[in-house]
Amino acid sequence: MRRRLMTLGLVALAVAAWQGAASLESVDDLTLASPVEVVEAFGDDGGLLLDNAWVTLVEVLLGLALSVAAGLVAAVSMHLMGALRDAAYPLLIASQAVPVVVLAPIFVLAFGYGIGPKLAIVALICFFPVTVNLLDGLRSVDRDLLRLMRSMGASRLQTLWKVELPASLPFLFSGMRIAATVSVIGAVFGEWAGADEGLGRLVLLGLNQLQTPRVYAGIVLLAAMAVGLFALVSLAERLAVPWKGEQTT
Amino acid sequence: MQEGEIAFGDVRCAFGSVVALDGLTLEVRPREVVGVVGASGCGKSTLLELVAGLQQPDSGSVTAAGEAGAEGRLRACAYMPQRDLLLPWRDALGNAALALECGGLSRPEARRRAEPLFERFGLAEFERARPAALSGGMRQRVAFLRTLLPGRPVLLLDEPFAALDAITRHELQVWLRETLRAERRTVLLVTHDVEEALYLADRVVVLSPRPGRVVAEIPVALDRSGPRREVVTSPAFGALAQRALEALEG
Repeated sequence: MRRRLMTLGLVALAVAAWQGAASLESVDDLTLASPVEVVEAFGDDGGLLLDNAWVTLVEVLLGLALSVAAGLVAAVSMHLMGALRDAAYPLLIASQAVPVVVLAPIFVLAFGYGIGPKLAIVALICFFPVTVNLLDGLRSVDRDLLRLMRSMGASRLQTLWKVELPASLPFLFSGMRIAATVSVIGAVFGEWAGADEGLGRLVLLGLNQLQTPRVYAGIVLLAAMAVGLFALVSLAERLAVPWKGEQTT
Repeated sequence: MQEGEIAFGDVRCAFGSVVALDGLTLEVRPREVVGVVGASGCGKSTLLELVAGLQQPDSGSVTAAGEAGAEGRLRACAYMPQRDLLLPWRDALGNAALALECGGLSRPEARRRAEPLFERFGLAEFERARPAALSGGMRQRVAFLRTLLPGRPVLLLDEPFAALDAITRHELQVWLRETLRAERRTVLLVTHDVEEALYLADRVVVLSPRPGRVVAEIPVALDRSGPRREVVTSPAFGALAQRALEALEG
């Protein structure tokens, strides 16, 4: 309860500071819209903002799902085959270093204006944190436990399924929390490269049309989306990993 | 070909420049309980890993239930490591059933087979409890149940009670003695506690400091049917303990 109040207090403080900064004479209205103007923008364009937010949310969720599926396959394959891990790790890192801003227009050229390139971009930047964290989790299982499994006659797949995967769930969720926050940025880049709808496109249009309050309203929605996704992953972790934090020694 | 259910023939085992065991010869008869005592770092755990097939000797031979190859020994032995290593996401029943599942039983079938033993092991009503909710003694009993259930002929126990407080340890020693009397298996029990070895084993083997080899074998021909306290304070028990301690100190 007290923590909730703290959070609310901090948000209120940030909004107040924002309002204060926006009210300064020296700050151009086109550079910074005040919270009051943003609220007005929500009032005027609420439907438009929410419709576009929905489009972006779908891109983000599907892209995340794609990255988790691909990350699971990649991490498990790399874990089971040491040679593959050593060979593929540099590629994995390279995939993260690719400038998405440059790649996005190429994806759009290749896959068109639809949802495809957005999913590809979101999945590409979310894939890395998911895979690396899961891989770390799979490798961090207690050696003694692995020997115990061997002494009980467990096959490689039994050890993976009964011990390594459950033990690395907390790592997977850590990766997904990071992925959840960067996924929103990915969707915006994807839309900037070419889209008919979505919050990213709306924000870009707003910039060009000097509709600063609408731009900030879009940013607020994008931030809220990231916070919401983060909370959703944390909730999923509490449900899937109820033993985390229980004392076990 | 050696006679025993477990047999070491002039075994040497080294890790780099550290020689854990050298010139070790030892036999354990079928259904005999042998306690191995020795100072820490004398290769006691290596001894069990060798029998379990988790480790190969550099020279000499190791057999378990007639199996000389590592794979055969793996199948013949049930190994209980020092730490309980219970899976925190499984309830007690699921943990006890784990070895059965590895042996090919389905999860529900393995749980069904483990369930009747919970009452006998003093774990009734804790079937659904996760390890974090169990006391140290209960966790150790679940781990022992997991070791026992697949019905392998050879049990290898590595300091099973080392992590417990003295009172719980004594309780579990009594409990293990009863359990082993009802479930006759060939047991190799490693411990640093002379009293524990003498209370539980038919024969106590003393290992020298590294490199470990057998320096004394003490048959325990005592009446141990009375309460533990009376058994361990009897003069005959004391005399055996004296012998073991002397051998330990060289």
